[in-house]
Amino acid sequence: MTEAVLRTERLCKHFGGLVAVSEVSLEFFIDRIHAVIGPNGAGKTTLTSLLSGDLASTSGHIYLDGEDIAGLRAERISQRGVGRSYQKTNIFLPFTAFENCRLAAQSRLPSSMRFIRSALGYREVNEEAMRALSEVGLAHRAQELAASLSHGEQRQLEIAMTLATRPRILLLDEPLAGMGSEDSARMVELLQKLKRAHAMLLVEHDMDAVFALADRLTVMVNGCVLESGAPEEIRASTAVQEAYLGTEETHT
Amino acid sequence: MRGTRVATLVLVGCVLALALLPLFAEKYYIQLFTKMMIMAIFAMSLDLLVGYTGLVSLGHAAFFGLAGYILAFAAPQYEAANLWLSLPLAMAGSGLLALIIGALVLRTSGIYFIMVTLAFAQMVFFVFHDTKIAGGADGIYVYAKPVADIAGWQPFTLDNHTHFYFVVLVLLVLVYALLRVLLASLFGRVIVGIRVNEHRMRSLGYRTFGYKLACFVLSGVLAGMAGYFAAAQFGFVSPDLLGWHQSGGVLMMVILGGMGTLNGAVLGAFSMMLLELGFQGLPAVGGVDIGKHWQLLMGGFIVLVVLLLPHGLLGLGRLASRLLRKPVEAGDD
Repeated sequence: MTEAVLRTERLCKHFGGLVAVSEVSLEFFIDRIHAVIGPNGAGKTTLTSLLSGDLASTSGHIYLDGEDIAGLRAERISQRGVGRSYQKTNIFLPFTAFENCRLAAQSRLPSSMRFIRSALGYREVNEEAMRALSEVGLAHRAQELAASLSHGEQRQLEIAMTLATRPRILLLDEPLAGMGSEDSARMVELLQKLKRAHAMLLVEHDMDAVFALADRLTVMVNGCVLESGAPEEIRASTAVQEAYLGTEETHT
Repeated sequence: MRGTRVATLVLVGCVLALALLPLFAEKYYIQLFTKMMIMAIFAMSLDLLVGYTGLVSLGHAAFFGLAGYILAFAAPQYEAANLWLSLPLAMAGSGLLALIIGALVLRTSGIYFIMVTLAFAQMVFFVFHDTKIAGGADGIYVYAKPVADIAGWQPFTLDNHTHFYFVVLVLLVLVYALLRVLLASLFGRVIVGIRVNEHRMRSLGYRTFGYKLACFVLSGVLAGMAGYFAAAQFGFVSPDLLGWHQSGGVLMMVILGGMGTLNGAVLGAFSMMLLELGFQGLPAVGGVDIGKHWQLLMGGFIVLVVLLLPHGLLGLGRLASRLLRKPVEAGDD
């Protein structure tokens, strides 16, 4: 197999006495979806935040293309091709869907310290924004205010904004959260399509989606990796059954 | 579409009215409107921070006042300063101060940002208040208005109150147009994005600190322009020019008119100063001199506006246009 584009080595995050992420070592490859599952409070979102630079790790390493990026700020990590979508929808509500994506695409210009020319005059930025909207199936809603979109559409917009920054690595924190079955199916289809050109971290509670998409599965409990392997192995693992899957399946 | 066309017409109408005012107004009113236009520039500069970037500064008068002092320093006693040298110098001075203060205060946010901008502005205030560098607490006179001398030729003279008026009017229109262009540019989109959701801007890859600092400096430079002309018109600078009263006053103008719109800032500056005069001119009723207690009335009025018009006085226009448009839409159905 080719070399991992993103790799963590014994990554830890402590909040005071609380150990949120402990000694996590994971690898991410282009054309592979690496799903991370686990009960609430397992440290999945914290892990995502460490990778995206939203949080600084306490110890350990994050290698992007072989270079240690632990300690870099979110904006630097984004510029290096890591795109993140948030569990709690994190968009610009007063702007149109188009402007949300246009602003995301604009971030790839060498500088936005441009004071005279109208922002709408940058054709390549506009096209990139529309491409991202089309990709998630929101092109027909481009001129709607983000605040007036449905929850499912806002989730799609969240992904579109991430795509508009042209990342190579996608960190998706519960992209299906709160979505109806129809929207979920469309999102699963989209992620399958995106997989080809991206390395992907997928944090998700929807087990059907996870087993449909994941090439590799990691189960986290209390900040630690309980098990990591191919989806079939995880499904067969008794430790995982006890800690997580068993109880989850009685819910759904 | 119709709404924006009406707004443009109103705007052009206002500028025309301002341009024609000196034809029939007395000297007192020409000077009053000059002062209002200066404050409108000051209010727009602050609105760039407060309304667009979401940075509530309570120390904006530091840049306004410093420019006034720079004019005082640039004018040799009893002689006039050269406008073309002293104005850029004053604006650059304010910009430099904004760069230094901004580099420090922009590391904080929210309530802390308000506190540290206030603290820095008060430090500047006490530098001029407690030292003898420019008359201390007594202030210093600017005896002569700056001259617009270009190799012996003077296109206008600021000693003439009508000339002064038109110079400030042209600058007001220029600053307004400049900010309009700026806000539609890549930079403008970034600062508004920062106000709405700075965290997301950073995760999209923007180094927000640099943009906020650039905005802070630009805002300081424009406040400096306003402060320069305020000092030139008044002919006197004192520490009050950069005190927190001044910062609070201009912030109130922005809130009164409507934050986050240039029109609101201008409207706020004009209406606040007109209201002040209106309240001061009220007659005594039953032995109580109402005019003397105008600040009480002003406070009450501002409370009412904040409670009833969340978009400031500019919200009145929106309300009116909505009321006017309703029947038309109903007829269309």
